[in-house]
Amino acid sequence: MSARRLGVRIVQVAVPAVLIALWYLATTRWGVSRILLPNPVAVVEALKNVLATGEFLPDLRVTLLELAVAFAISATSGVAIGFLISRSGYRIRVYEPLLAAIYAVPLILFLPLYVLWFGLGPASKIALGATISFFPVVLATIAGFGNVDRVMVTAARAMGASNFQLFRFVLLPAAFPVILAGMRVGFTVALLSIIGSETLASLAGLGHHIVELSENMEMPRMFAYVAFVVAIAAVLNLVVFRLEAWGRRR
Amino acid sequence: MTERGALRRALSPATLARLGVIAALLVIWEVGARAFGDPLFIAPPSRVLMGLGSVFGTRGVPGALGITLFELVVAFALAVAIGLAVGLVLGLNGFARASFMPMVLLVYGMPQITILPLFVLAFGIGPTTKIVFGVTHGVFPIVLTVVAGVQNIKPILLTSARAMGASFWQQFRHVIFPHMIPSFFTGMRLGMTGVLLGVLLAELYVSTAGIGFFTTQFTQNFDPVRLLGLIGTLAAMAVVLNAVMRGLEAHYARWRD
Repeated sequence: MSARRLGVRIVQVAVPAVLIALWYLATTRWGVSRILLPNPVAVVEALKNVLATGEFLPDLRVTLLELAVAFAISATSGVAIGFLISRSGYRIRVYEPLLAAIYAVPLILFLPLYVLWFGLGPASKIALGATISFFPVVLATIAGFGNVDRVMVTAARAMGASNFQLFRFVLLPAAFPVILAGMRVGFTVALLSIIGSETLASLAGLGHHIVELSENMEMPRMFAYVAFVVAIAAVLNLVVFRLEAWGRRR
Repeated sequence: MTERGALRRALSPATLARLGVIAALLVIWEVGARAFGDPLFIAPPSRVLMGLGSVFGTRGVPGALGITLFELVVAFALAVAIGLAVGLVLGLNGFARASFMPMVLLVYGMPQITILPLFVLAFGIGPTTKIVFGVTHGVFPIVLTVVAGVQNIKPILLTSARAMGASFWQQFRHVIFPHMIPSFFTGMRLGMTGVLLGVLLAELYVSTAGIGFFTTQFTQNFDPVRLLGLIGTLAAMAVVLNAVMRGLEAHYARWRD
């Protein structure tokens, strides 16, 4: 068993190491075009330079601002609308399949429309991010409030709970973990759609900067920025994951 | 018997109310767009519907739509073939799973859109880029569900098949394969969602050819009728493909009940 675990570790270290070695050899020995694949050493240098000069700050600020506004819109509207829908089983049966069906359509198709309405600036990215991340939040909210045990509601009512007390001490604690999970998914989706829409059509932001660098054939810098964005996304998702776990415990 | 049940479900009050909601939204859109909408930015649904002819009449649009459908089908077929092969290897081989699953999950978690410009540099602005990008989006959910499906087989079934002297192929054909069918179709449905996203992202990104060229053109010409018509056609395509996958999933999940 432990020999097997050692073997797994070896594979997990060896595969990335071999890939990086192949990448290095491909650029230095085998003459793969620098425009497709920059030298890994050059990428590391470019990444150091990007981080040291802080030139990423203006684009990072744009992306994070878009993300914050989009997520604030989708989280509040998703929870509010989801709560209203979840108040009756009939309303859930009417609206839930409709929302789920819309969410199954690739909503990135809205981007050209939003560009027409809101221009190439941050507003169209915020609108797309808010639209796409609204759905996981609203669907989770409906599921959370809709599946509260009837016995608990009846018991609270029998003990004379007011509407507010019912909400505060029965409905909310039961639904909260589900809503938090929906919000986490919504956040990830908002981040992806904002970076995506910056890549497709925009004037600023990290996604825009990556496209700009690739169009200028500054490949080492572009790879450095891709690594930077992947790291930012990983850190943000980890933070949200931790927040969710923390919120669940409370 | 079941047909009547299905009919009753199709005409249930909730379904009728849902259709009413959709109709109300269309009416609001229609009236709002006619009364307050700037025709440079929004078109009422009736005009979009009437304008579908002019969308398809635009030189190159039917071709671009056809190519997109072709890309979706090819990308989906490749994603299923690759996802099934990789998923079976990882699902049936514990060592491979322990070694490579973390890497698969790590790569799946990365925002692939950031490297879309690289795909264009490597494969050009034609269908190849869009197919490859669709495959890289669609393959991961299929791998994950196939691995999960193979893993969920009760070990006793495999053990007893082996005890009765089943060859590997017989175990695969009569135990593993029937068991992973439901999760495989769930994976195909999720994979289709991924393929749609990947192909459409790449189509919209490349603004010099295909769908992206026309959406950019219609946007710059302030032509909401044709823009909405084109987007609506693509959305309808996605809805039909999703519905097909959902139907297949429901059909092949039946034997479990």
